[in-house]
Amino acid sequence: MKVKINNFNWKIGGAAGYGILSAGEIFAYSCLRAGLETFAYLEYPSLIKGGHNTYQVWVREDNVQSHSSQIDLLVALDQKTIQDNFSEIIPGGGLIYDLDDRFLENFSCPKKDINCFGIPLQSLAEKAEGQKIMSNVVATAASLALVKMPFDIMVEFIKRALVKKGPIVVEQNIKAAHAGYNYTKEKFVNKFDYELKPRSIKEKRMLINGNEAIALGALKAGMKFYAAYPMTPATSILHYLANQEKNYNLVVKQTEDEIAAINMVIGAGYAGVRSMTATSGGGFALMAEGLGLAGMTETPCVIAVVQRPGPATGLPTWTEQGDLRFVIHAGQGDFPRVVLAPGDPEECFYITFEAFNIAELYQLPVIILTDKYLAEARQTLPFFSQKNLKIDRGVYGKILDNLSEGRLPRYFDANNGVSPRFNPGIPGGVFLANSDEHEVTGLADESTAIRQAMMNKRMRKLQSLKKDIKEPIIVYGSKKADITLVGWGSTKGPILEAIKVLATKKLSVNFVQIKLLEPFPVKDVDNALRQAKHRILIENNFSGQLGGLIREKTGIDITDRLLKYDGRPINPEEIIEHLNTF
Amino acid sequence: MSQVKDFETKQFPTWCPGCGNFGIWTAIKNALVEQKLQPHEVVIVFGIGCSGNDASFLNVNGFHGLHGRTIPAATGIKLANHKLKVLALGGDGDGYGIGLGHFIHAMRRNLDITYIVHNNQIYSLTKGQASPTSERGFISKSTPLGAIEIPINPLSLAMDVGATYVARGFTGNVKQLTNLIIGGMQHKGFALIDVLQPCVTYNHYNTFHWYAERVYDLAQEKHNVIDKQQAWLKANEWPKDLLIDESRQDRIPTGLFYQVQKEVYRDEVPALIDQPLVDYPLDNIDIESCLQKLT
Repeated sequence: MKVKINNFNWKIGGAAGYGILSAGEIFAYSCLRAGLETFAYLEYPSLIKGGHNTYQVWVREDNVQSHSSQIDLLVALDQKTIQDNFSEIIPGGGLIYDLDDRFLENFSCPKKDINCFGIPLQSLAEKAEGQKIMSNVVATAASLALVKMPFDIMVEFIKRALVKKGPIVVEQNIKAAHAGYNYTKEKFVNKFDYELKPRSIKEKRMLINGNEAIALGALKAGMKFYAAYPMTPATSILHYLANQEKNYNLVVKQTEDEIAAINMVIGAGYAGVRSMTATSGGGFALMAEGLGLAGMTETPCVIAVVQRPGPATGLPTWTEQGDLRFVIHAGQGDFPRVVLAPGDPEECFYITFEAFNIAELYQLPVIILTDKYLAEARQTLPFFSQKNLKIDRGVYGKILDNLSEGRLPRYFDANNGVSPRFNPGIPGGVFLANSDEHEVTGLADESTAIRQAMMNKRMRKLQSLKKDIKEPIIVYGSKKADITLVGWGSTKGPILEAIKVLATKKLSVNFVQIKLLEPFPVKDVDNALRQAKHRILIENNFSGQLGGLIREKTGIDITDRLLKYDGRPINPEEIIEHLNTF
Repeated sequence: MSQVKDFETKQFPTWCPGCGNFGIWTAIKNALVEQKLQPHEVVIVFGIGCSGNDASFLNVNGFHGLHGRTIPAATGIKLANHKLKVLALGGDGDGYGIGLGHFIHAMRRNLDITYIVHNNQIYSLTKGQASPTSERGFISKSTPLGAIEIPINPLSLAMDVGATYVARGFTGNVKQLTNLIIGGMQHKGFALIDVLQPCVTYNHYNTFHWYAERVYDLAQEKHNVIDKQQAWLKANEWPKDLLIDESRQDRIPTGLFYQVQKEVYRDEVPALIDQPLVDYPLDNIDIESCLQKLT
């Protein structure tokens, strides 16, 4: 077979506690350092030891935007990986398995067109003065040897992954890795038809996931107060920001619950600080009343909702897009909110930065809606550009007489609905942020005139803000395509990967990505979909929530639907298969 | 110099004539005037309930939030701008019922805020249900057979979880209450001031006279406020775990039970040592070093 160069999908599997995450990150960052593009995707159950974890790294020269169901090399640290994932290996691909695993010592390769490489991972580690537990690193080194990558490239990443375990363990791991690399190189040279060739890239690039991108967008936007309660898969935002507390002068507060988190965030926002929380659906349910408080008191705040499958505890470590309807409707009464759905880490960063501007420009809660797949999968991206990012804190009121100590017209009935803000503490006046309906200075007022005027004022902001949302939708591909795929959020990557393959089959396909979910960009969506020849809705949920929203807002009913709700992200092959009938 | 009227809005309180809230309203205004504070220097976070309606009667920077959530909102405000004098006001249902979790955690944090609880031992704005401080056997619309639970003891609970200023006032003694509020605001750390307050409309048991016959001032009994053990015993004098009984002559201590100086939360947050969070400039924050770590 012809050697496949720089197109390689690697997957390692083993029980929790085997170091699957460390191995995966070492492999992925080694490929990044080698100038290649990668997409790295981790799957794990909700437990600390045992179970079955996998880490997949798809490596190419062009931008990789999703994972895939087709594996070129599977690394099995245990028998379960072979049981669960062997069928994903494509013909011509390979399997590395641990000869020292007592369930695998007599394993024989079940398929002729797959190369099975039995390697004594644990004993190689031990012979190299390491420990059995280092089989993950040995297998990663063996993988790099199979595809002819230089060994040295991984050393830095072994150090980074294991730095907390101390220099002795790091040194042992490097020796164990070297042993695995040399063993494989000697024993299996030229037995695997794949090669990864390092490239020289001048552009600065990184391997980043959605949660990190959201945290960085918040840092860049000047977020100073972050309060959250741990909830998978949003928790890594808390971890990231807690680590930056000193470097960026932040207050990062782990709260007693999500109710406290949202109310603290609103309190900080009221006092004039850019503030944020993040959670998943269950935590957001507890925040629903607070969301309305932000709406009623017109307090800027940003909330990242990182979805996982519900209802209730659901599947804590898996992915779904089942909270769209919940997020756009949560809270009693009508109040304005903005809901933005980034589709990849790059959009996570820029949308989060913009979310803080919109929250302050229009004095309302802004929700960034992502999911576990987007939150944790890593994609190779050029460094985010910091040049054109401008902080806009919106309109502040002027104190005309700083001796009067009068009441400030904080809720002045402005034409665009946006009343000039004041921070509490400025000499000259006071105001009340009131969850009760209120007059211009915030005092409770239940009169019909005030109620109507204030409701109209608040809701007018939704009309005013539309001009400030860049790209509420994006159309990828020709507007005259035969097939139009419609989606939002993290399905963007798998859809664009599928379109790359479909293009080679001469199918004319475009993709409409809806990034603004509330207020819904009715005209843009109508324009993009009305003339489409055949529409297919692609969503990671049971009921096609975006499809329902499109029908509600535009009357367009998308009957051809690819919906997935088994907790796993949609992969490009499923989309391609769905289109095979054309 | 500010005057009492500077702290009043054009709205006159809508509380029932004789409501204990008037006494607390007066004591707060007096305490602010005596501390020579201007309205803009003060933020008061109000809960939901009769006491929360005070939001529209006190002329200060106000935040009238959600039922039970005064403490988290006050926490966010204080951490965002610690130069502000932050008070939280709520009722017994708000603070000891729905908001109890926040109450406990705020004291663990020893935030520098003053929390005044209007404790009338009943839910009033919802027209008369038992509250977490209602005595055992208390008959109300929601407990026609008598409340089964024992009442929460907010003062001993507060001492247990780290409050550094623990006091009880009574609306029948506005002078004492004013001094307790001043003391709480001057105290660096979390100050709890539980205020006994008759509800004239719905609580026909814990009336003004009922309280007046039972309260006494700790200051007149040589109570040592730095002795936590003694404070604990005083806190446990009342309420009792006994079935409600009008003929029983409980003694209810009021005044300052306990005070201790400790680090406040802000002292241990690096960003807050030099300046309030709200004063940090936001422009030109560089994230390049963070991006570099992802290569």
